[in-house]
Amino acid sequence: MEKAVEGVIKDAKKRYSAGVLKYRQMGYWDADYVPKETDTLCLFRITPQEGVDPIEAAAAVAGESSTATWTVVWTDRLTACDSYRAKAYKVEPVPNSPGQYFAWVAYDIILFEEGSIANMTASLIGNVFSFKPLKAARLEDMRIPVAYVKTFKGPPCGLIVERERLDKFGRPLLGATTKPKLGLSGRNYGRVVYEGLKGGLDFMKDDENINSQPFMHWRDRFLNVMDAVNKASAATGEVKGSYLNITGATVEDMYERAEFAKELGSVVIMVDLIVGWSTIQSMSNWCRKNDMILHMHRAGHGTYTRQKNHGISFRVIAKWLRLAGVDHLHTGTAVGKLEGDPMTVQGVYNVCRDSYTKTDLPRGLFFDQDWADLRKVMPVASGGIHAGQMHQLLDMFGDDVIMQFGGGTIGHPGGIQAGAVANRVALEVMVKARNEGRDIKNEGPEILRQAAKWCSPLQQALDTWGEISFNYASTDTSDYAVTASASA
Amino acid sequence: MTMTNPVRRLTQGCFSYLPDLTDKEISLQIEYGLNKGYAWSVEYTDDPHPRNTYWEMFGAPMFDLKDAAGVLMELQNCRKTFPDYYIRLMAFDSTRGVESIVMSFIVNRPKNEPGFGLARQETHGRTMRYTVHSYATDRPETERGSR
Repeated sequence: MEKAVEGVIKDAKKRYSAGVLKYRQMGYWDADYVPKETDTLCLFRITPQEGVDPIEAAAAVAGESSTATWTVVWTDRLTACDSYRAKAYKVEPVPNSPGQYFAWVAYDIILFEEGSIANMTASLIGNVFSFKPLKAARLEDMRIPVAYVKTFKGPPCGLIVERERLDKFGRPLLGATTKPKLGLSGRNYGRVVYEGLKGGLDFMKDDENINSQPFMHWRDRFLNVMDAVNKASAATGEVKGSYLNITGATVEDMYERAEFAKELGSVVIMVDLIVGWSTIQSMSNWCRKNDMILHMHRAGHGTYTRQKNHGISFRVIAKWLRLAGVDHLHTGTAVGKLEGDPMTVQGVYNVCRDSYTKTDLPRGLFFDQDWADLRKVMPVASGGIHAGQMHQLLDMFGDDVIMQFGGGTIGHPGGIQAGAVANRVALEVMVKARNEGRDIKNEGPEILRQAAKWCSPLQQALDTWGEISFNYASTDTSDYAVTASASA
Repeated sequence: MTMTNPVRRLTQGCFSYLPDLTDKEISLQIEYGLNKGYAWSVEYTDDPHPRNTYWEMFGAPMFDLKDAAGVLMELQNCRKTFPDYYIRLMAFDSTRGVESIVMSFIVNRPKNEPGFGLARQETHGRTMRYTVHSYATDRPETERGSR
């Protein structure tokens, strides 16, 4: 911002006399601040109320997400309060979005408990999102300093170790969510799992709302699913798995379910995002101790990630989940039935899989992020995708992804095994073609048609879904100016 | 004798659902890996149990071999020596943060693929313990395969 603003009051007596000051007078705005390597940096998108100065609004965000309250308190003087104050240090209008501003805020490393997402988020998104002078606020992106990254254990397995455990290399993994989501008995449910895995999928999956309802209690599900998994493994000679959702009413229930999954020999358990950060970190620790892959379903995220003006972007949630320690994370498909601008979705994939994430404004990445060798999360593409999109999916996401074709497997006219075969053949033929140097983005449909000549299940899949696409405008796209300064 | 899955054979590796790759097609895959800086390795076994991680190495990974024809020749030597074994090509990536296998596919199979049985041990409640049994290991090691 060009215009001169009232800065911090330097005279201590004046600064701490009782009454109300502007946040920027209290020290929450410092245009000259140079962020330290150990600072946590946040980029907020804020919409100040009419008449509220954007710099004062940015200072208020810094204040309300760190030490400030609405009025001056003398007890600040008992502390090294200057280091506890978060500092807004840059404000810029959001391109093409009247009334919205990007505000950069730096937080000292002393502010957050080691290895605690719950503590960090209680600051960053604690009170500030309800703050009256703002109409709306969104946490767009953040840079977590290496010093703080190293206090987290991260994914219990990570995608490299997962591949070694599963003995699957050089191609995306294939999965499917067992359908219908609700109503199958344990025995019927296991049938779907068996057919999908024997047909050629690597994983089957419980859906987010499958826990322990009257039609299928969790023990029945686990028993039947594991019979299916082992039988399919013997029939193919491959390691197979099915994400057993251990989400339950209490943490004690979840531990009990996790223990039973382990006892039955499952390689993977699953948790829904709605269980909360402390539970997620506890389950991650349990998985580390028990050689288990942890699958995270991002149930509920759309309530706060989808609208651009308010909430938290999913790339931030993905960063928190990588720190908290999950092995799989649903990250969108771009081409499927659920929200996801292709560039924005790719940005989230980078967050999951990079050793060092580079600033990339079109992909919504506003900071460089050094992951300090933290293990990598396997992204999961799930929701309304089918074999006919294989070239697009492989081109966009590469090898390190789990592609989940639920309806695209179970709804196959030739049956579930045929559906699985169609997906596996489409995948293998596309990986082979890409490795051979072919331009799969453009030749993809032809490559699939050729394979369908010798693989009738693939032909049936293409006949059934070949023309299906979900072309709707995305709501969560990156806003950036080509000239915007990229990093802190 | 065949397995009962849809492709009637062991489905490990990247290309088991496709028709067997020709040597020319295998060379293209090798070249792809070499261009990415991977080191290729040839491994063989007669026991493809899904948890049998360590197949025998037909020599160490070929870190210094940058020529697809050379890698293919090693594969052909292995096929000559162990014609009735499973043989796979594996590519190793030494990049920091990867340091693992990044490609793996089967390039030779025994004439018969005996597959696996599933042994169930009933324990408490309805809980079952499962063991996948490799039929190929039913005979002593010295009487298996053709050497």
